Amino acid sequence: MSYRGFEPVIGIEIHVQLSTKTKIFSADATTFDAADNENTSPISVGMPGSLPVVNRKAIEYSIKTGLALGCEIRRKSVFARKNYFYPDSPKGYQISQYDQPICEKGQIVFKVDGVEKVIGITRAHMEEDAGKSNHLGDYTLINYNRAGIPLLEIVSEPDIRTPAEAAEYGRTIHQIVRYLDVCDGNLEEGSLRCDCNVSVRKVGAAQFGTKVELKNINSFRFVEKAIEYEIERQIDAIERGEKIIQETRLWDPDKNRTFSMRTKEDAQDYRYFPDPDLLPVIVSDELVEKIRKDLPELPIARAKRFQTEHGLPESDALVLTTEKPLADFYEATAQESKNYKSSANWIMTELLRELNTTNKKIKDSPIRPEQLGKMIALIDKGTISGKIAKTVFQEMWQSGKEPETIIKEKGLVQVSDPAAIEKIVDEVLAANAQNVEDHKSGKKKNLLGFFVGAVMKASKGQANPDLVNKILLEKLK
Amino acid sequence: MDLTFASITDIADAVKSKKVSAKEVAEHFQKRIASLDGKLNSFTSKNEQAIKEAENLDARISKGEEVGLLAGVPFGIKEMFCTKGLATTAGSKILENFIPPYDATVVARLKKAGIVVMGKLNQDEFAMGSSNETSFYGAVKNPWNLDCVPGGSSGGSAAAQAARLVAGTLGTDTGGSIRQPASFCGIVGVKPTYGRVSRYGIIAYASSLDQAGPMVSNVKDAALTMEVMSGFDEFDGTTTKKPVPAWSKNLKADVKGMKIGLMKEYMSGGLHPDVQKTVENSVDSLKKMGAEIVEVSVPMTEYAVPVYYLIAASEASSNLARYDGVKYGYRADFKNLSAVDLEEFYGKTRGEGFGKEVKRRIMLGTYCLSSGYYDAYYNKAGQVRRLIMNQYLEAFKKCDVILSPVTTAPAFKVHERISDPLTMYLNDIFTTSTNLAGLPGMSVPFGMSQDGLPIGIQLTASHFEEQKMLDVGYALESASSVKGAKPHVI
Repeated sequence: MSYRGFEPVIGIEIHVQLSTKTKIFSADATTFDAADNENTSPISVGMPGSLPVVNRKAIEYSIKTGLALGCEIRRKSVFARKNYFYPDSPKGYQISQYDQPICEKGQIVFKVDGVEKVIGITRAHMEEDAGKSNHLGDYTLINYNRAGIPLLEIVSEPDIRTPAEAAEYGRTIHQIVRYLDVCDGNLEEGSLRCDCNVSVRKVGAAQFGTKVELKNINSFRFVEKAIEYEIERQIDAIERGEKIIQETRLWDPDKNRTFSMRTKEDAQDYRYFPDPDLLPVIVSDELVEKIRKDLPELPIARAKRFQTEHGLPESDALVLTTEKPLADFYEATAQESKNYKSSANWIMTELLRELNTTNKKIKDSPIRPEQLGKMIALIDKGTISGKIAKTVFQEMWQSGKEPETIIKEKGLVQVSDPAAIEKIVDEVLAANAQNVEDHKSGKKKNLLGFFVGAVMKASKGQANPDLVNKILLEKLK
Repeated sequence: MDLTFASITDIADAVKSKKVSAKEVAEHFQKRIASLDGKLNSFTSKNEQAIKEAENLDARISKGEEVGLLAGVPFGIKEMFCTKGLATTAGSKILENFIPPYDATVVARLKKAGIVVMGKLNQDEFAMGSSNETSFYGAVKNPWNLDCVPGGSSGGSAAAQAARLVAGTLGTDTGGSIRQPASFCGIVGVKPTYGRVSRYGIIAYASSLDQAGPMVSNVKDAALTMEVMSGFDEFDGTTTKKPVPAWSKNLKADVKGMKIGLMKEYMSGGLHPDVQKTVENSVDSLKKMGAEIVEVSVPMTEYAVPVYYLIAASEASSNLARYDGVKYGYRADFKNLSAVDLEEFYGKTRGEGFGKEVKRRIMLGTYCLSSGYYDAYYNKAGQVRRLIMNQYLEAFKKCDVILSPVTTAPAFKVHERISDPLTMYLNDIFTTSTNLAGLPGMSVPFGMSQDGLPIGIQLTASHFEEQKMLDVGYALESASSVKGAKPHVI
């Protein structure tokens, strides 16, 4: 894609907050809704003499993510100190990884506008989050609850070429870490934060242009908009004969523009060195293999399987695999119903609509997948009609009762006895003699639909629609 | 019972068997501190609760409760150790008002074993110094000669112990800070193997070198105190899971057949004649007791002092970054804080809060770690450090324990070296390589200078071989001609 003869070059760093129960170097809780500075200890506020001890779960989650991103897992990785002064950095340094990160050299594949795109992952390294400064007029309060929350920073190669690809890359990483259950993926709470490095160069140029870093963007829509803005801004500047300044810019979602936060001249020398308080992280082959074996099927593979094995169209497969609980729900439903397409349809239309309108998550659905599956099987068996099924579905949503119970209690069983239906048909035809006349004479065209509706209504929707049609057609000959 | 000169074991036994109450012991030493410390300045603060804590212990004993190995033993704790509810300053203005809400792991273990904390002991600021003259709380005097320094950085511990203001003290040793003052003050000081003792709650100077140890009056007390202090701590990932031997019980003064290594590099040239004589005497004694003397060599120790200062300063520059006036400790006085930018806030606070020597090392370390210099300094120092360790391990294939002087000369005069950092740094020439290699080391009093200043002998063993070192120390102690000598101040 070309912008006025320029090509954008984009690389993304995503900070993924790992959903461990305790912080990466202390036993403090990681709950989001804690009171100010409640989740702290001498360790996480950097009291004199306190020491970090690494959380094993954070290492496991990092390996899990690395494997899902196709990375090599370093058997020996090293925590390093990144030294800088800022009040929300309690120790005056951040414990991170520098030249020996836990994960390296991976890639992910996803589709943008139907075209497959491969983006390289340079590395993924563990680090601790900082606290949060709340600037309140002429003073600042610091909340250290976030200080020490484990982060995995995933760094992409500069392989991304369009704002849409950037956003999709972010969504794909978001989807993967949620599938892996290593991150709650809550963007509003900052569980996943994107920094984008953006530069432009003349199409065909071999050298990269000067890059600008867009920091801390917490929605993929904003990623797309911020990069879009930044590309245009940079091209405008170059066309005006200006030089691009290497700097960090922030996205202002209200004004739809980026603005300069600091230029590289104030760039700090972080004086990285191995943290002497922490031994190198040694990972055994056994651990890596165990984690690899326990990896869940990832969304792209799962969507492919839904297409090849279940015969679902690509669009259905993609919708159903957006998040793992939804895909799990679908598979459990289909296993019960033995009808893939119908299960997909019921979930994508009725269930998702109800969930959306009531603002519920799939895991909170009052209907269990086995119940929905059973209901679909009952349709296929002819016990209920598709129309009645909607009533059953509503009732299941309200009461959580089993479909059979609802059908029994409400007398919703489909009438498939020809004699009984014939009786209703006769009554309806008798009551509508004029319409029968008009239909037969051709005075009014095609009143069949009217009669079907009337019969269904008279049967309280319980008549088998196929039989109603058949009998009506014969009688109206 | 003469409490002043009683050993730790004697006091604990007497308290447990109710021959003396913990309260009487605490009161005895409290009086000594009150009457003698004016001359020494070894205490930075006293524990106002000491007597009450001793009474509580007595109450537990009279109820028949199980109390620990160190029941009722009065201890002084170096300012580097966090003590719950007691000011912990690291000898610095920047922590002047810091009262930790927790105990360092070793302090907690000693308390659990029954010690009574009498107060906190003076030291060089952030343990950076060899004379206890860099302390914000004033210089400490050597009890053997009040014109002399007690050594450093654990100068307060050494002086208080030598003057018997307490029955035991704790020190920390990053490049010799336990062994050198122990030698200058005529007491026993042990730095255990790196990883033997938890560093949790001990204010960090140089994390890969720091190790806490006892500074006490005799080898057995040292062994016993170490037993209580040592062992794995879930709050310090660098502690070993190796079991802690019963050093004090296993202690034997028998060195028959043991191989004592004399390090070539440490035996030649530059030694004060009295130190030279003391070393020769110690070798003769061990020979007489049946030890075999062998020569060993660790040529890379030539670089130990520069390597030590590069590594220690680098780590310190990062470790001391947390003292920024934001969360605790000293904050410079600003008239209108909201008009002050961050850089000024940090600059003024840290500029006023840290002393000269600390600032010198922060600058040195910051420079070493800077981009473009890292490889030439910090990284290179790390490589040499590994070579030093490897050469030591080679040397320990030929001997059990290495014997050497602790310092080139006995205690020097106050003010003599403080304005000459290089001479001061060279004071650490025999002690730093032990820390760089992570080895256990100790100082045992064995001689006396013509001027009446004590001279110690340094013993070093291979990793986790503290027992061999303690045994040799015990043998030397039993053969020492200066045993029972008392400092001037007493």
